Amino acid sequence: MTRDTRRDWKLETRRIAGNIRRRVLDHVIRNNGGYLSQACSSAEMFAVLYNKILHLGPSEAPRVPQKFCGVPRSDNPHFFSGSVYNGPRAPHLDRLILSPAHYALVLYATLIEVGRLAEDALKHFNRDGSTVEMIGAEHSPGVETTTGSLSQALSQAGGIALARRLKNETGRVWVVMSDGEFQEGQTWEAVATMVHYKLSNVGVFVDMNGQQCDGAMSSVMNIEPLAAKLEAFGARAVDVDGHDLEALFAPTQLPVEDRPLFVLARTDPARGVSLLEERAPQLHYLRFTSEEEKMRYRKFHDRLAKEG
Amino acid sequence: METVLRPYVETFIRWSKDRPEVVVLSADLTNSCEVARWRDTYPERFFSMGMAEQNMMGFASGLAREGFTPFIHTFAVFIYRRPYDQLVMSIAYPNLPVRLMAFLPGITTPGGVTHQAIEDVALMRATPNMTILETGDATEVETVLDVAHAVKGPVYVRMLRGEVPRLFRREEPMVFNRARVLCRGSDVVVITAGITTEEAMRATSALEHKGVSITHLHVSTLKPFSDPSVLEAIRTARHGVITLENHTIVGGLGSAVAELIADHGLGKKLVRLGLRDTYAHGASRQYLMREYGLDALSLVRAVETLCGEPTGITEQDLARVRLQAVHSQAKAEGL
Repeated sequence: MTRDTRRDWKLETRRIAGNIRRRVLDHVIRNNGGYLSQACSSAEMFAVLYNKILHLGPSEAPRVPQKFCGVPRSDNPHFFSGSVYNGPRAPHLDRLILSPAHYALVLYATLIEVGRLAEDALKHFNRDGSTVEMIGAEHSPGVETTTGSLSQALSQAGGIALARRLKNETGRVWVVMSDGEFQEGQTWEAVATMVHYKLSNVGVFVDMNGQQCDGAMSSVMNIEPLAAKLEAFGARAVDVDGHDLEALFAPTQLPVEDRPLFVLARTDPARGVSLLEERAPQLHYLRFTSEEEKMRYRKFHDRLAKEG
Repeated sequence: METVLRPYVETFIRWSKDRPEVVVLSADLTNSCEVARWRDTYPERFFSMGMAEQNMMGFASGLAREGFTPFIHTFAVFIYRRPYDQLVMSIAYPNLPVRLMAFLPGITTPGGVTHQAIEDVALMRATPNMTILETGDATEVETVLDVAHAVKGPVYVRMLRGEVPRLFRREEPMVFNRARVLCRGSDVVVITAGITTEEAMRATSALEHKGVSITHLHVSTLKPFSDPSVLEAIRTARHGVITLENHTIVGGLGSAVAELIADHGLGKKLVRLGLRDTYAHGASRQYLMREYGLDALSLVRAVETLCGEPTGITEQDLARVRLQAVHSQAKAEGL
């Protein structure tokens, strides 16, 4: 790879990340609230995943999101999986499992930026009868498992990875997690099991934004030192700057070891939207307290948009 | 009556031979759930998950999503109580073909309240996409695999282990959503499932002797519960219906029958025998069945109540009780 094309991927990825952040900000303002800090912290992570790391085929879904066609049932032939937005299943292709389902808005925005969803797809967000749900389920664009009950994705990804190894598939299973999920016991059960079965085909990106519903994780329930704990469990854990594209990408190029990989992306929940810092430590869900506050966010957004 | 030693062991090994998609997950109760020999026969398809049931549900989900048919083996309580959210969100919601082999149903164990699955049927009935099967004898243990395998989504199976009586002829396998008619009469309809069927058979023969005419149905599919022959039997019951279940009377077989009666406007009296909204404790199966009113004598008394006259049947009249030692060579432990 030449120096120029390397710079190209980063330019393009940085543009995607900026657009994800701005699109989510715009959406949150229009809807008078939403999960904004998650986009601020994880925009680079999603952008690198979709633009550089994931080996996916072209989307097999219509760019305009489909209507909700019922839940999975034996008597419902119309059910479809949101994973088709990530392309076909093939032995050599990767898979992406989104664990914190309230990051769905970030995922939808990413799918728009990489051309897998239509430009105006977010107008279906949280609308009755739509699949573009606030908390993504497995019919939602880009979503393969129903993991709004946090910490269940890692175990499912482990099962998928084990199955893929049994089938001699070479594609990897990537998981996006939030740091709060390391408070759940099931997460550690999953880590132990993936290490026990040497599931080297699993790679986990954790958005370490240090925030949860009740406030700063350090005050709600500390999980640090996370990298040391994961290493003690036998996994490979790498701490990186979650807004540094090269740093996010580099661990995926390490020689594969016979253990799962955790990339701990240290992030800033107000990155790119400094106004959010006023609300710290309550950053989990943005709800405007006044029209005046909303206007300030609108002005901020418009300035961002002008800067491009 | 013939008693069969561990009918599941060889059956499951044989059945899995030409089904490479079948994998087994176990949570540190491999021998207790009679799959140690299976593990030794197919080590590449057996996955020890340790004492971590929540994670086991997720791994089963992932394996099922990739085309495998995971068979989870553990005690029933560790399938539906401890990891209920995982069972529902990771397996039942996506309607995945995971087989939940639930051992020690109801008060079949002296393991006490922590090991006795007394409200599992209620929870599994309330769980969309779930199918519930219950084995009542060796023939059903031997044939439940085919029934479960034909179901597209998840199946919860109340399994029997150790020394299991053979009540039904080998040539008459379990059939999905079809009750077995054990005797036909017009006064009272008795509906049983699992281990209560053997117990009820002791009472029905004594009752027939005293001139009470009984229809006795054995049910092995608890969900769906739409067998037309059950409906027809209830319709013809002169005095009413009695259910006898190895479960709390809230939400299980008795409730399913009550719903059927109400839904179809049959207006029949119903007596639900089983645990009366209570936990049990650690003791032998015979003791617990007697103590909590799940035995033949309780059934006789319920029949007398419905018919409005005593039969004169005493405990001594009831057929010999099958004595089963708590510590049996047929079980991996004393549970």
